[in-house]
Amino acid sequence: MITHNPGRKPALTPAAFLIRGLVAGLLAGLIGFAVAFAFGEPHIDDAIGLEEAAAAHLTHEEMQAEEAEADKPGMVEISRDNQKSWGLLTGMAVVGTALGGLAALASASVIGRLGRVSARGSTLLVGGIGFVSVALVPFLKYPATPPAVGSPDTIGHRTSDYFALLLVSVLAAIAAVVVARRLSGRFDGVNAALMAAGGYVVVVVVAGLLLPSVDELGTFPADTLWYFRRASLLTLASIWATIAVALTLLVGKLYDDATADAERRALAASL
Amino acid sequence: MSQSSAAPLAPAVELPAIPLLQIGTWVVFYGLLAMLAIFFVSADQGAISLPAGNAVHEWVHDARHLLGYPCH
Repeated sequence: MITHNPGRKPALTPAAFLIRGLVAGLLAGLIGFAVAFAFGEPHIDDAIGLEEAAAAHLTHEEMQAEEAEADKPGMVEISRDNQKSWGLLTGMAVVGTALGGLAALASASVIGRLGRVSARGSTLLVGGIGFVSVALVPFLKYPATPPAVGSPDTIGHRTSDYFALLLVSVLAAIAAVVVARRLSGRFDGVNAALMAAGGYVVVVVVAGLLLPSVDELGTFPADTLWYFRRASLLTLASIWATIAVALTLLVGKLYDDATADAERRALAASL
Repeated sequence: MSQSSAAPLAPAVELPAIPLLQIGTWVVFYGLLAMLAIFFVSADQGAISLPAGNAVHEWVHDARHLLGYPCH
C-alpha cells in the first residue's frame, strides 16, 4: 500500500531551495544579532566613548560645522539603545536573510555537479566557501573598524576598494569551483579541489596586493581595536556557520524526500 | 587510489542536478533583490545616499560596523 500525499510533493526546484535559504538566513541573522550584541556592542560603546572624549577638544569652528551638518534636512539622531538593539537586529536579519538566499541558489547550482559529493556535503561546502570568500578574505585586507576609526573624507574609496575585493573574491571562488570540476576528470577529486583552492588564494592575494591599504587608526587603543575585530569576525563566522548548518539540514531533508518520492514512483511504475 | 573506496558522503544513486538555465533566472531576480537589501545595510548614506540624510545609516549603524563594512 503506497501512502502518497500529492499536496506535499517534494520537488527539486530553485524556489524550494530559495525558501529554505531565506529561512536558514533569517535564523543566521538572529544568531548573528545575539553574538554581535553580546560580544561586539561593549566595544562599540567603548569606541563611541573615545569618540565623544575626542569631540570635547573640537574648536569652535569645528563644533559649528558639525551642528550645521546635523541641521540639514533628513538628518536624524537615533539613540544608542535603539541602535544596539532594534537597529542591529534589522541589519543582521536583512543581511543574514539575503546571504542565506544566495547560498541556497549556489547550493542548488552545485548539487549533482560535484562528482560523488552528496547534497548535504555540497551544501556544507557552499557554506564554507561563502564564509571564506564573502566574509574572511575581505576582512583580512580591510578588517572591520569600530566607530571613531576612519575618516569621512575617504569613505568613497574605502567603500569601492572593499567591494572590489569582495567582487574579485566571489568571482574567483566561483571560478575555482568550475576549475575543480574540470580538473576532477584528470586528477583525484581531492587533488583537483586543492589545486583550485590554491588558484583562488593566488588570485585574492594578487588582488589584495594591488588594492590600496587603509591607514587611519591614529592613536586608537590597540586592545579595544582587537576586541572589536575579534567580535566582528565571530559575528560573521556565526552567521555563515548557521547558514551552512541550517541549510544543510533543510536541503538534506528535501533530497531525502525527493529520493523517496522517486523510488515510490519507480516502484509504482514497475507494478 | 581506487575509485571503489566510496567516501561516507557518497550517495548510493546519481544525484539529480537542477538545469543551470532554470536556476539562472532565479539568480538574476533574487540576486538583484539581495544586492539591494545588502546595499542598504552595508553602504547606503556613506559613499552613496538614497534617500538623502542619515536615517538608514544611523539605524543600521552598529550592524554595518560589526559586519565589517566600511563606515564613517
